[in-house]
Amino acid sequence: MATKKRTVEVELSTTGLDAEGRPKRVPFVVDENGAPVAVEAPPSIEPDLDAEHMLINIGPQHPATHGVLRLVLELDGETVVRCIPHIGYLHCGFEKIGEYRQYNQIIPWTDREDYLNSPGNNVAFALGAERLFGIEMTERCKVLRVMACEMSRIISHLVWLGTTCIDIGAFTPFLWAFQQRERIYNILEAWIGARLTTTLTRVGGMGADLPDAALEHLAAFVNGFPKVVDEIDRVVTRNGIWVGRTVGLGVMSPEEAVNYGLSGPMARASGVAFDVRKDFPYLDYETYDFDVPVGTNGDVYDRFLVRMEELRQSTRILEQAIKRLPDGPVNVDDHRVILPPKSKATSDMESMIHHFKQVMEGPRPPIGESYVALESPKGEKGYYMVSDGSSKPVRWRIRPPSFVNLSAISRMVEGHLLSDVIAINASIDIVMGEIDR
Amino acid sequence: MSDSFTPVVAGSALGSKAAPAVTPKNIPNRGGPANPSAQAIAQQFAGAVVRADVIWGETIVVVDRARVHDIIQWLHDDPSQRYDYLSDVTAVEFRDLEQPIEVVWQLRSLPYRRFLRVKVLLEKGATLDVPSVWDIYKGADWLERECYDMFGITFTGHPDLRRLLMWEQYAEGYPLRKDFPLRGRFSRSEQLRQALAANPEARYSKEELSIADAFEDLPAEMKRRLATGERTGE
Repeated sequence: MATKKRTVEVELSTTGLDAEGRPKRVPFVVDENGAPVAVEAPPSIEPDLDAEHMLINIGPQHPATHGVLRLVLELDGETVVRCIPHIGYLHCGFEKIGEYRQYNQIIPWTDREDYLNSPGNNVAFALGAERLFGIEMTERCKVLRVMACEMSRIISHLVWLGTTCIDIGAFTPFLWAFQQRERIYNILEAWIGARLTTTLTRVGGMGADLPDAALEHLAAFVNGFPKVVDEIDRVVTRNGIWVGRTVGLGVMSPEEAVNYGLSGPMARASGVAFDVRKDFPYLDYETYDFDVPVGTNGDVYDRFLVRMEELRQSTRILEQAIKRLPDGPVNVDDHRVILPPKSKATSDMESMIHHFKQVMEGPRPPIGESYVALESPKGEKGYYMVSDGSSKPVRWRIRPPSFVNLSAISRMVEGHLLSDVIAINASIDIVMGEIDR
Repeated sequence: MSDSFTPVVAGSALGSKAAPAVTPKNIPNRGGPANPSAQAIAQQFAGAVVRADVIWGETIVVVDRARVHDIIQWLHDDPSQRYDYLSDVTAVEFRDLEQPIEVVWQLRSLPYRRFLRVKVLLEKGATLDVPSVWDIYKGADWLERECYDMFGITFTGHPDLRRLLMWEQYAEGYPLRKDFPLRGRFSRSEQLRQALAANPEARYSKEELSIADAFEDLPAEMKRRLATGERTGE
C-alpha cells in the first residue's frame, strides 16, 4: 500500500516568547538553512508472506481500545498483515428491549448507547418518534434541541481529543479538555438534573425548560471556550511528536470512505463533504451559519484537524442559538403525547383522562415507519422506527455511526505498524456502548 | 494535497441553481412528493416492484427478492441515480406472525441528496435468504453480519457471514425474532453457567488459529480448549 506524502510544518513552543508574549514557535526539525523539514509518513513495509507470522491479541480489556474492543492481529515482524476485530462484549439488546417499552420509556435507553452524546441521542429519538406521531415541535424547543446537540458534540469531541492525546503520549491536553467538558456537564445538570445520562427530551418537547441561569453559564462558556481550543491547537497541532505519530496513518480515499459507509468526521477528513446537518437538514440547521471542515488526505492527522475545527463551528452554532432563543412554550399543545399540568389532573375531567390514558397505555402513533438521521459527533446517527399502531414500536433500529466506522478498521490498519494501530483505532472515535448496543 | 485527490461533495449533481436542502415540515402521513428513483426503478425493472409507498415523506420501494441485487447495483451505478452511500441494512419482523419479515436497505444518493428505502419481503416458513450487497458497498459487511446474527437471515454472497454481536457458539437462536423471549431461551442458571465457563480472551476462530504456525505444535488438549473458548488455566 502506497503512503501519501504530505508536508506539515513542525514546530515546538519550547524556547522564549515572541513579540505578542506567547511562547515562541521554533521549528522542531530544521535543515541546514533553518527551514522546517517535512515529516513524512512512516514507511509501510510490504509484508513478506512467506515469513513466520505472529498472532497478537489486543483487548478486550485494554485501555487503548476505548472500551471492550478486541483486535486479533496477524503480524509480520511489526507490520500488521491482517486485523480481525471482535465486538459484542457490551451487547445488551437495546433494540429488543425497545420493542417492550413505550416511546417515552425508550429515551433513557438512548442515553446509554453512545454515552458521550446522550443529549444528541435523546434529540434523535424524539425527532424520529415525532415524525412517527406526526407532531411539529415548538420553535423554542427546536432551538433548545440545537443547543443540546451542539453541547454534546463539544463534549464528545473533547473526550475524543483528551483520550487520543493520552493514547499518543500527551497528557496535558487531556486535562484541559476534561476541564471544559466539566463546564458543559454543569450546565446540563442545571438544565435537567443529570450529567451523563440526561434523558433530556420527551416526545413532543423537552423534559425541562432551560433555566435562565444555565443560559448565562452557556453564554460564558461560549465566550471562553475558543481560547481553550486555540491553546490546545497551539500545543498539539504543530507538535513534532504528534505530527510524526498521526500523519499518513489509516488513509482512506474519498471513494473508499463513501463505499465503506463512513460518516461524520471520518468521512469529512477523507474529503467527503457530507454532513447530515447541511445535506439532509433537521431542526432548521440550514438557517444557522456554520462551515463543514473537510480534510484532503484522510489520515489520522486530518481527522484530528476536522474535529478541532468542528469544536469551533459548534461554538459558533451555540452562539447563534443563544441569540435567537425565542420565548414561548417548550412542549407541543397536544395532550395525546404531552401530559396536561398535574394541577389540572384532579380538577379537570378531560385532563384526568389524558393522564390516565398516557400513563397506563402510552401515546399511540399511527401505523407507519420513519428513519430520522442526525449528525452525531461520530457520524450519521439514525433511528428507524416501525409502528403497528400500538404504544410500543414493532422495531426500533439504531444506525450506529461508530459501528460502521469501526468496520473499516481492518482496511485502515493493514500495512501499518503495531503501534500505529492504537492511533488509528483512537482516530475512529468509537464508543463501545453504541457499537454493541 | 496529493495530485489524485478529488473530493466527494454531497449535492454536486444538483448544480449550483438547485435550491438548498431544507428541514422538511408538516409531512403528511401518506403521500406527498415521492423520490423520482421509485418511478425509475419501476421503468427499468418491469415487474420487479411489488409496491411503492411514501410514508411520512420517505419513499419506500418494495421489490422482488430475486432482483434486489440488480436493482441496488443499478441504483449505485446509474449516472442518473448514484446511490453511493449505504446507510443501513436491517430487518423488521412484525408482531403479527403471519406478516412476512422485511429486509430493509436505507440508501442515500449523496450527489443528488436523495434518500430511498428498498425492501424485500421474506415469507415465513421458507428459507430466509437475500443476496448480499457486500460486492457493491463494503460498508455492508458488518451490517449484514449483524442482521444475520439477530434475525437469522442469510445474505448469500457475503464472504464471511458469522455471528457478530453474539459469540459464535451462541445456541439460543436469533434474539430479535419475535418468537425469542426477552429473557432468552435458556434458563438463568444455564446462561450463568455458560457465561462462567467461557473465557472470551481464549476464543479464536479456526481462521485466526491458522495464522499461528505454532498452533499445530500445541498439545491436542490445548488445541481443543482454545478452539472452543473454554476457560483455561484453572
